[in-house]
Amino acid sequence: MTIEVDSQQSLTRLVGPLATDRGVWQRVLRNPGVVVGAVIVLLLVLMAILAPVLGTVDPKAIDPAYRNRLPGSSHVVTAADGQQTTRTFLMGADTLGRDVYSRVIYGTRVSLIVGISVALISASLGLAIGLVAGYLRWVDLIVMRVMDGLMAIPGILLAVGLVAVWGARLGPVILAIAVPEIPRFVRLVRSLVLTIREEPYVEAAVAVGTPMPLILIRHVMPNTLGPMIVQATFVCASAILIEAILSFLGIGIPTDIPTWGNIMAEGRQLFRVYPHTILFPGIFVAVTVLAVNMLGDGLRDTLDPRTKSP
Amino acid sequence: MLVFVANRLLSVIPVLAIVAIVVFLMLRLTPGDPAAAIAGDSATAEQVAEIRSKLGLDQPIATQFVIWVSRAMRGDLGESFFFKESVTALIGQRIEPTLSLACTTIILAVLIAVPLGVLAAHRHGGVLDRCLMGFSVLGFSVPVFVIGYLLIYIFAIKVHWLPVQGYRRISENFGDWAYHLVLPSLTLAAIYVALIARMTRASVIDVLTEDYIRTARAKGLTRRAVLVRHALRNAAVPIITVIGIGIALLIGGVVVTESVFNIPGLGRLTVDAVLARDYPVIQAIILLFSYAYVQINLMIDLAYSFFDPRIRY
Repeated sequence: MTIEVDSQQSLTRLVGPLATDRGVWQRVLRNPGVVVGAVIVLLLVLMAILAPVLGTVDPKAIDPAYRNRLPGSSHVVTAADGQQTTRTFLMGADTLGRDVYSRVIYGTRVSLIVGISVALISASLGLAIGLVAGYLRWVDLIVMRVMDGLMAIPGILLAVGLVAVWGARLGPVILAIAVPEIPRFVRLVRSLVLTIREEPYVEAAVAVGTPMPLILIRHVMPNTLGPMIVQATFVCASAILIEAILSFLGIGIPTDIPTWGNIMAEGRQLFRVYPHTILFPGIFVAVTVLAVNMLGDGLRDTLDPRTKSP
Repeated sequence: MLVFVANRLLSVIPVLAIVAIVVFLMLRLTPGDPAAAIAGDSATAEQVAEIRSKLGLDQPIATQFVIWVSRAMRGDLGESFFFKESVTALIGQRIEPTLSLACTTIILAVLIAVPLGVLAAHRHGGVLDRCLMGFSVLGFSVPVFVIGYLLIYIFAIKVHWLPVQGYRRISENFGDWAYHLVLPSLTLAAIYVALIARMTRASVIDVLTEDYIRTARAKGLTRRAVLVRHALRNAAVPIITVIGIGIALLIGGVVVTESVFNIPGLGRLTVDAVLARDYPVIQAIILLFSYAYVQINLMIDLAYSFFDPRIRY
């Protein structure tokens, strides 16, 4: 048997892709979408971590004296010992007198936690199921039927149903949003595995007697990484959006926890007079999801050449 | 052709079966005793036992599933715990607003999105193209209810052109019905327009590179004729596919939009049912929406094979 190594390309195909590819990172960091998206996401992460020192007060503190304040209104507060301080409601106060600005800043935490956890959970479960399904034909048959069935249920509806059953707390809400996303990862990984398994380096690994699990982890999995990261980014964006929707509908995370959706749900009653209670968190949701989507689009163009956006 | 149709029809059966199993198991996944959860905190042991036997929870799970499916097939989806009414009747009362909203939204979205997508593809890289791509990314990022409240604030509260909320039955007054649906449909259409316009643009750009487009131009057809008669027609399949797939987005959006605009449809019912832990209603709605979604996509697939013989593989 002669091995054809006439071009650089067939050589890489034979030995497997290079583990460290500097070119990829340079390409990724040169993409404007990735840079802008990543900077905004980093700022949001910083905001979430530094929430207590960003001029916020206790986001759960109810103060009946300052109900329904307009954004930017200032009040002089006299403490019991006669000391006077000025309180400014940058984004106004809600119907219970809670500071909307503080709630929005603290709300960043929940949104980011939900987005990242959902992406990680659904990606890892999807990866595990997809790897096995792509490699074992009999598993594939059953798993793909189940995934087709799950995908036939509109995502938000499935999440709503699961939240109803599991209860509206942070953990169950994250799981409920993650479950409808799993089939998308399974399909992606499976289709990648089906092409990768035909590659010469996998064939070579089989030929030298590498056990199947090792082939999957060492040779197949690394090659699914690029498209997986791209997909995970989009899932993260949609998870943030769905969490906001669930909270807004009053069926998500409990109302005492400040989340963007909860703040907006609170603002519904007096929307005509105080639209800012919906406007400010709405802008934050939109900017966050936009940034993550931009990051995803940029990553797709650089990491996943198969699906380059037109 | 017949083989294709038969295959496609058969392929739906496992999907529907899986959906039924998932929806059925959802209630069984409840932590603790579903009968106790349904009965509420103040129920006596006898009441819980009664509910248990009424729901057939004392029987093996496979038997329960068979009973549930055979009843569902006959249109009996159980009784709502909260409304104390048959679920089928409840859905019957609420389906009109939802159908109205969904249909007006699809029509509106297609009427806006397809021409926009074609124009953007025509002037690929131009101002309109870039605006459209920007808008479509935005459309995917802004929550439906934020768009809804924004539109309410501008068109109903500031300029009083349209009603803030509510729904009128089509049988009462057609004009009123349409008047009340303008804002909800626009709200719901935003994300759908983003999706369809993007797909239209991509597939028209794709088709425009084909040889037969050059031929059509070469034989002297106007740009407009080429765009509509040759490009759009050949780009239609992916566009219609994405309209079908987008129904899932639409259904999610319906739930939110109905809540924002206080429309007494199935979406509003879903939220009420979740808040009241009214499991039979939740199950029925998920089942109904999923089946509708599958059926619509099945019909779209079959329609292609009819109109475009190349699809039948």
